[in-house]
Amino acid sequence: MSDIYKTDALIAEDIDKYLEIHQHKTMLRFITCGSVDDGKSTLIGRLLYDSKMIFEDQLATLESDSKRVGTQGEGIDFALLVDGLAAEREQGITIDVAYRFFATDKRKFIVADTPGHEQYTRNMVTGASTADLAVILIDARKGVLTQTRRHSYLAHLIGIRNIVLAVNKMDLIGYDRAKYDAIVADYRAFAESIGISEFTAIPISGLAGDNITTRSDNTPWHDGPVLLEHLETVELNQSVEQDKPFRMAVQWVNRPNLDFRGFSGTIATGSVAVGDSVRVLPSGKTSTISRIVTMDGDLAQAVAGQAITLCLADEIDCSRGQLITAAKSPVEVADQFEATVIWMDEVDLTPGRTYWMKLGPQTVSATISQPKYQVNVNTMEQLAAKTLDLNAIGVANVTVDRDIPFAPYTDSRDLGGFILIDKMTNRTVGAGLIHFSLRRAQNIHRQATDISREHHASLKNQAPMVLWMTGLSGSGKSTIANLVEKKLARMNRHTFLLDGDNVRHGLNKDLGFTDTDRVENIRRVGEVARLMTDAGLIVITAFISPFRSEREMVRGVMQPGEFIEVFIDTPLEEAEKRDVKGLYAKARAGELKNFTGIDSPYEPPEAPQIRIDTTQMSADAAADLIIAKLLP
Amino acid sequence: MTQSTLTHLQRLEAEAIHIMREVVAQADNPVMLYSVGKDSACMLHVAKKAFYPSPPPFPLLHVDTTWKFKAMYAMREAAARKAGMQLIVHQNPDALRQGINPFDHGGLHTDMWKTEGLKQALDLHGFDAAFGGARRDEEKSRAKERIFSFRTASHRWDPKNQRPELWRTYNAHKAKGESMRVFPLSNWTELDIWQYIHLENIDIVPLYYAAKRPTVERDGMLLMVDDDRFPLCDGEEPVMRSVRFRTLGCYPLTGAVESEATTLPQIIQEMLLTTTSERQGRAIDHDQAASMEKKKQEGYF
Repeated sequence: MSDIYKTDALIAEDIDKYLEIHQHKTMLRFITCGSVDDGKSTLIGRLLYDSKMIFEDQLATLESDSKRVGTQGEGIDFALLVDGLAAEREQGITIDVAYRFFATDKRKFIVADTPGHEQYTRNMVTGASTADLAVILIDARKGVLTQTRRHSYLAHLIGIRNIVLAVNKMDLIGYDRAKYDAIVADYRAFAESIGISEFTAIPISGLAGDNITTRSDNTPWHDGPVLLEHLETVELNQSVEQDKPFRMAVQWVNRPNLDFRGFSGTIATGSVAVGDSVRVLPSGKTSTISRIVTMDGDLAQAVAGQAITLCLADEIDCSRGQLITAAKSPVEVADQFEATVIWMDEVDLTPGRTYWMKLGPQTVSATISQPKYQVNVNTMEQLAAKTLDLNAIGVANVTVDRDIPFAPYTDSRDLGGFILIDKMTNRTVGAGLIHFSLRRAQNIHRQATDISREHHASLKNQAPMVLWMTGLSGSGKSTIANLVEKKLARMNRHTFLLDGDNVRHGLNKDLGFTDTDRVENIRRVGEVARLMTDAGLIVITAFISPFRSEREMVRGVMQPGEFIEVFIDTPLEEAEKRDVKGLYAKARAGELKNFTGIDSPYEPPEAPQIRIDTTQMSADAAADLIIAKLLP
Repeated sequence: MTQSTLTHLQRLEAEAIHIMREVVAQADNPVMLYSVGKDSACMLHVAKKAFYPSPPPFPLLHVDTTWKFKAMYAMREAAARKAGMQLIVHQNPDALRQGINPFDHGGLHTDMWKTEGLKQALDLHGFDAAFGGARRDEEKSRAKERIFSFRTASHRWDPKNQRPELWRTYNAHKAKGESMRVFPLSNWTELDIWQYIHLENIDIVPLYYAAKRPTVERDGMLLMVDDDRFPLCDGEEPVMRSVRFRTLGCYPLTGAVESEATTLPQIIQEMLLTTTSERQGRAIDHDQAASMEKKKQEGYF
């Protein structure tokens, strides 16, 4: 049994001894999965209560709260200890992830308490992402339910190796061993089907306290551990991570003066010692560890989980986001992956759109393909899907804008787990788990041609570029673009005008006006414009191109400096007043859906190279201004 | 290679270092909120470790109320100097002009000096990320706050609209004017803080240790008469009692506990054997269970 009740005496008698013991505690993070009805909050409340993490004043509050809003009549409602925010308490459910702390002599514990309902899948995934262990709660009266399967699937997906099956409310089935055994057998069959080979089953009662901290007399037939004992002894992820090859992503280059250059980061896996050969990725350069620096003095070696600063024997390029690995077992470097994507935002995934992808300290632009399939998290069936909505989990290809070092998620959470950030709202919209890199990227090589883009340009005696006009419908893009082209033609410049409406009659006639189609529309136009600049042309485009992220995507495919963003700035009221094509009237009447400025957003450029205020100048003057800026 | 298991304090320290480095690498203009308390002392100590041999690449900011304990002001200057960091002190000029004080103005004192004062200071210097020493074990609404906690341009926190925070991958992206509050000590408990101070020999304000101090009893709280601005009631006489403080703030709002603990182990011993939680000594939380959540939504740290 646990020692938590024995410590009081030691604290009073020999505090120094007590502190000495407590300095050597390890730390376990775990998550509890189950719904309110399974007694999850009650279990956590019980653990806090039994390990004396509740003070008298908190207990007084708890008692008064229990009477006011509790569900246990006059008894203490342990769940209220854990249900944090005011609104949630009123609704009687936990909505977010709450972190709780308690400790015994052997370990400090951090519990991520997350809600169990399907609409809170993202919260559970969040809580599970840092956990070493998951406690899956089952109501003994109900057995394995849909939600049990969902929680187990998610815990396994996110890489939790230690699963505890806590069969709760044993008191309500009279501590019936046969019923318990049947539930465990039932769960085992399911667990094996999704790849969970091992788990620890414990019959408990959160309310009555059976097999939580002490072995219960009510279950003499249970020969496994009690819950706290198991939590105190289970192997930590950190120990497992140490046995893997060395990897550390560089977070920050430490350069206080010219004599010191160190690479700061947290060791993801493995260990490192002075003298070890290392390889920096993606460059592939090798060197040797010369120092492991900490404020407490240099170390001879350091292990997974430590935050350190490494010095290398050679002056090689290494910056934030690069990965220092054991020289003999580096990781793969690629720009296309298959990954599981978990969507976490109210706005659906837009396949083809670029998002920020943050993988450790690396931040790159990424696009997600249409999902290969979505997983029904209740049945684990694979379903066809065009996109992913809030809490959906699917498998898709991910393409990033440069080669990045990575490891499969199953090898390393740090090197294979990424988040997706919307470039406009900056929200964290999704999370991903890398499976493997796609060979496709390696098998398609660019064919070198003899007539270079420079040659094409020099024949035309001009510098190729793209004049990208963006603005609301009716802002004057096409009119100004047309005038610019006419004026350039008079100056013997070789130009081509790509107009939104015209392209939609041909190349893009298969596309509509949904966000996904708008993204693809701009992607294709961007690629065509790029080919034309390779041919040496000055390309003028006139597209609403409402999203900042897609305009940036086009800028990204062009040669540096060849993308000129021209913001045709006409306020919505003005464009609507002009309504040259009568489209605003239709949109206002509801006859036209997804119309930019009405029921679809327009994101103005933040720093366009040229801004034209059409309320202040004529189209002709605007064209002159643009040309003056281009050809000074 | 031999296995070496990190202790819980080593892991908490490593986590805090990781968080601080992420902020420095991503924020344009970070700052560390320094309240002179024990949590700030720990946070500052971790910051020195995170960037060693460089000094922490950000200034310290003390949002002053003019009502802190004298011993805290003394500590403040010394700590910044030792760390080789710039110290910025901000006092809300409106509160100063109106003479806002904890005796006459109740909740307005905290609101104007601390909440408004903090917002003013962040705006004035254009800080886009501010480290705070808050811990999740302090109070219920903290328990679910993110480590990187996003604030709107008007410094508001929306508890219903927090960004998912996975692994140790933190999203620091934000628009102009918006900011992050970052809590590197989120996962520490009060006991962790004390143990760390003990192990690392961190300097803390002497008020944490018991000594004879002039005190009066008000509404069940022992208050220290730190200077002559303390209005004594008729017949009220400060009594010398051996007291210490478990938490430090404005002296008229901070309750002392009677204690004989003059060493760190003794403090920890008392803490472990004690029966009231830390925030009990602060008047701010007492109004209602959800008061801290409300204050935080309005921009309080």
